[in-house]
Amino acid sequence: MTGIFKNRLFWPVVSLLTLVVVNTIARPQFIEITMRDGRLYGALIDILRNSAPLMLVALGMTIVIATRGIDLSVGAVMAVSGAVALTIIDGSGNPGSLGTVAVAVVVAVLVALVLGVWNGFLVAVLKIQPIIATLVLMLAGRGVALLITGGFITTVNSDPFSFIASGYVLLLPVAFFISVAAIAVMSLVERRTALGVLTEAVGINPEASRLAGVRSRGIIWSAYIVSGTLAGVAGIIYASNIKAADANAAGLFIELYAILAVVLGGTSLSGGKFSLAGTVIGVLIIQTLDSTILFLGVPSAQSPVFFAIVVVVVVVVQSSRVRGALSRASASLTRAKTDTDDREKAEVAR
Amino acid sequence: MDQASPLLQVTGATVRFGADAVLRRVDLNLYPGEVHSLMGENGAGKSTLVKAITGAVPWTEGRMTLAGRDVQIASTEHAIGLGISTVYQEIDLLPNLSIAENVCLGREPRRLGVIDRAAMRRRAREVLEGLGLEVDTSALLGSQSVAVQQLVAIARAISTDCRVLILDEPTSSLDLDEVAELFRIIRELKARGVAILFISHFLDQVYEICDRITVLRDGELVGEYLTDELLRVDLVQKMLGHEGAPLRARDRETPERASGEALVSGRGISAGGVVEADVDLGAGEVLGVAGLLGSGRTSLARALTGVTRLDSGIIRIEGETTDLESPRTAMSLGVVYSSENRRRDGIVAEMSVLDNITLGLQAERGIIRRLPPAHRRELAMSWVDALDIRPADVDRPAGTLSGGNQQKVLLARLLALAPRVLVLDEPTRGIDVGTKVEIQNLVGEMALNGVSVVFISAELEEVLSVGDRVVVLRDGRIVDTVDASSLTTDGLLALVARPDESEV
Amino acid sequence: MTATAVRDETTKESRTMKVESFLGRHAALMPTFAALAILLLLFAGAEAFLRGDFITPRNISALLLDNAYLLVLAVGMTFVILTGGIDLSVGSVMAFTGILGAKLLADGLPVVIAVPAIILGGALIGLVIGVLVQYFNVQPFIASLAGLFLARGLAFVVSLSSIKVEEPAILWLQSTRITVGSWYITPTGIIALLAVAVAAFVLHLTRFGRTVYAIGGSESSARLMGLNVARTKVAVYVISGLCAGLAGLILTAYSGAGYPRNGIGTELDAIAAVVIGGTLLTGGRGYVVGSMVGVFVYGTIKTIISFMGAEQSWMQIIVGALLLLFIVVQRAIVARSEGRR
Repeated sequence: MTGIFKNRLFWPVVSLLTLVVVNTIARPQFIEITMRDGRLYGALIDILRNSAPLMLVALGMTIVIATRGIDLSVGAVMAVSGAVALTIIDGSGNPGSLGTVAVAVVVAVLVALVLGVWNGFLVAVLKIQPIIATLVLMLAGRGVALLITGGFITTVNSDPFSFIASGYVLLLPVAFFISVAAIAVMSLVERRTALGVLTEAVGINPEASRLAGVRSRGIIWSAYIVSGTLAGVAGIIYASNIKAADANAAGLFIELYAILAVVLGGTSLSGGKFSLAGTVIGVLIIQTLDSTILFLGVPSAQSPVFFAIVVVVVVVVQSSRVRGALSRASASLTRAKTDTDDREKAEVAR
Repeated sequence: MDQASPLLQVTGATVRFGADAVLRRVDLNLYPGEVHSLMGENGAGKSTLVKAITGAVPWTEGRMTLAGRDVQIASTEHAIGLGISTVYQEIDLLPNLSIAENVCLGREPRRLGVIDRAAMRRRAREVLEGLGLEVDTSALLGSQSVAVQQLVAIARAISTDCRVLILDEPTSSLDLDEVAELFRIIRELKARGVAILFISHFLDQVYEICDRITVLRDGELVGEYLTDELLRVDLVQKMLGHEGAPLRARDRETPERASGEALVSGRGISAGGVVEADVDLGAGEVLGVAGLLGSGRTSLARALTGVTRLDSGIIRIEGETTDLESPRTAMSLGVVYSSENRRRDGIVAEMSVLDNITLGLQAERGIIRRLPPAHRRELAMSWVDALDIRPADVDRPAGTLSGGNQQKVLLARLLALAPRVLVLDEPTRGIDVGTKVEIQNLVGEMALNGVSVVFISAELEEVLSVGDRVVVLRDGRIVDTVDASSLTTDGLLALVARPDESEV
Repeated sequence: MTATAVRDETTKESRTMKVESFLGRHAALMPTFAALAILLLLFAGAEAFLRGDFITPRNISALLLDNAYLLVLAVGMTFVILTGGIDLSVGSVMAFTGILGAKLLADGLPVVIAVPAIILGGALIGLVIGVLVQYFNVQPFIASLAGLFLARGLAFVVSLSSIKVEEPAILWLQSTRITVGSWYITPTGIIALLAVAVAAFVLHLTRFGRTVYAIGGSESSARLMGLNVARTKVAVYVISGLCAGLAGLILTAYSGAGYPRNGIGTELDAIAAVVIGGTLLTGGRGYVVGSMVGVFVYGTIKTIISFMGAEQSWMQIIVGALLLLFIVVQRAIVARSEGRR
């Protein structure tokens, strides 16, 4: 019983379930899933579909945060990757061909990967503070994206490209499968290689890890590469969804939501222990909250107020000051409880 | 002077961090017009006591009176307000500000609320000239040598009307002339009736300037003595402690050392606090390292294991010159290091015992070639079993274990790498006697199996009983290398403590 | 080293000593000089390559006018960065206070109430951030992120669309031009320059200002030296919020309207200007006058780009590149001073 309470995923899961329950009570259609033309529709399906870009970015951010870092450039990388993909498709003679789209997507993701390499170089090799190092690309990245699109919002009509965001496979949206694939690959890498445990070691105690012979440079570097690459894929989903590359709006504020998702999922911003499952739940909480705010009739522009309150509550609860007070309270509670337990046992023994 | 009542009196000072008591019921009496020395090894609680007096760490128990009145120091600001000035061990000044500001910060001369910079520079210059230092007080502190910085810190402390002056290792980077100037100032202040607490690992300086000595060991008070009545050897003995530990007799035979090539040999090693050290380590040999705090014993260990890079000198392993550029490089050559500060740079506290034990091995294999979980667990269990780590739960966070068991986890991590050379920096500090003996025996077993060990300890008996030969360090230099069997504890004590008398 | 030895050296190598002592005193000024050099280079380059009519009183006067709000933001940001913190909220706070002011005036409140209200509103958000940072140990980045969300959302709560400002007193701030020959300055420009002057005075000649630098140098040392760290740390965020409120007023006067979408990403411009002006992001080194130079570098690049008729997107790239350059230089400076110790 206490095991469940102590699990780091306990509170995130409870928050998510509470949100779902509250929504269901407020509007029963929230939980309904209907089937039309071999496709599933409903608010829950929308949440799964719309959360894909944030999911990818947040997964990458989790790894970066685990190394005591942060990646502010993800939004800009999304903009660049969308711009690259759309410009290639737009420039080709046959925007509708599968081959063109495949080339565009691969090139865009590779560009994003290179941007991740760049961030990692600044942090792991030049040892520049992560916030500042990634701020450079956060600033310049959108400029690069605008330059690629020539300052316009490039729009395309390409069925294979729009399929990425709005297509369906096996009843469910493609974007959802991309999320699942990313989660699966990340978990597999975490489980099947030593990256997870070495990343945690470097994040918790860099000096002890160095003395234990861990080469932290490669680990930190790869975290930024992963983050950049995933942001690139997210940029493609975003661009596919609006069928356009909007260098100014693509991925705007997504770094902030991604950080929030990571924190909501129980990963501490001071690095070390991380939980991919927690981040997944964190993303779903944010997306559900977003959908709730929309349902409440609050203009989406005003929703940041709610997120601000969530951020404040989460960080205050995480702070040592409040934690200390809480653990003292719960310690006195459990002590009282074990006292009675002991007494009961004594009764039985007699 | 003796009839006077103490100016500052500490009774029963106890400081706990979590479950660990780092200071237990310590008393301290500072009399006006007296220089009082606080002595003790690493971890004896000197710095903690200083920080408690100056309000930088909270007290768990105990009381303090200043001029006969009870005071409870709430903050460093409060302490300064009461006339307690402090120079901390690490130079806690601001490299980004000017020398004048560092002297005057927080009490700058002002006119109508505006800082009078000229007056500030003048005041700083006066105080510094009093210390025999003539510098441009507008220069940034960070651009100055460490010695100047240390003098500035002292200038800051004495520039107020202090009643109590605490100097924690104030002379560590001063040369002889500068120390002489400092002592002149100390005597002046003493004549003015200031109570001075002087902490230094230089015994000469303590004997030159101090009237009274309080000795701490392992966070407890050993006693208070008049300097004139305490022999140097007795002082060192009180600091290091003659523990009646159940040390086994030397039942191990000194390995027949293959004459000729040593496994590891260092020539002219200078790095950090060690200067031009020559070291040879044979296969299967245990080399004890004895020396006081600050003698360069840790610097030597870190230089041999690639933790700090050499300023000069060479290290040969099996006759081949090597460049130990990182701990990783040293490990790949079979040279491993266990830090004296196991909490800060030894274990990874929030990770499980399992992860901690296998960390080194995994780091060696790299990211891709992961140790299979079953194998990892088996390996960790076998080490937990072999070293009797308690509780025998490999999934527990390593930080929750006792000090001795943390040390064993750290040893398990290193031994899992099947090292050829084991460098152990104070592996037995702050752990219970039983575990201590276990670790000592383990070192013996390792040596029998052909592993070479460098064993550093502040406890001389331990160094003698574990080591085959003992290297004695003093003030960063190796002053002697002797066969452990030819030496008694008292003899070693004399070597460690006495500067210029060579009789053994 | 004794006093006499120092004197001997002084006479022997007095020239090198002079240079060294200047560097020793003013090492922190170097990046600011570099920024100034870049600014002059930009001017010279623009004058040479752009039809030769770049350096005109008109253009330079316009530089201050167009960037007055950014200058005020950069002043507040300088305080925060000098303590080693960061404030991401300023762009959104500026939007919030701007729209709030426009709304209050539109609702018929007098200027004497509306203007203090918006400046106070900015300071209040700064206070929340400061308390989170100091008393709940929240990283400045995250705390000010919450401030960003809060202010941006509140801006839209006040109004979803822009509100025109008709109040003559506000418009006066912008439209009045005090001219000397063909140079001119508006009250908004005067406010911005005053902000710089007051900040420079506070930072260099008051105990509070020196404590700001001390915290940036080493927070734990500052605490051990008995300085009031907690109060100062909260205060810098309040000052930054206050400046953001003032910037909101200036921007509203400048554009004649409050608009909730104003200032998206402006916090990054302000940070970039401060860094380009030579303030170390790790804190403790830098000058508010440098931040002013940084703002002018930023503004000049913007003007040159629009002169050349090039894409505004170059703006972000050039500022990003400059930022990188300065960060790498700073990193080198820090590494050198660490190596010396």
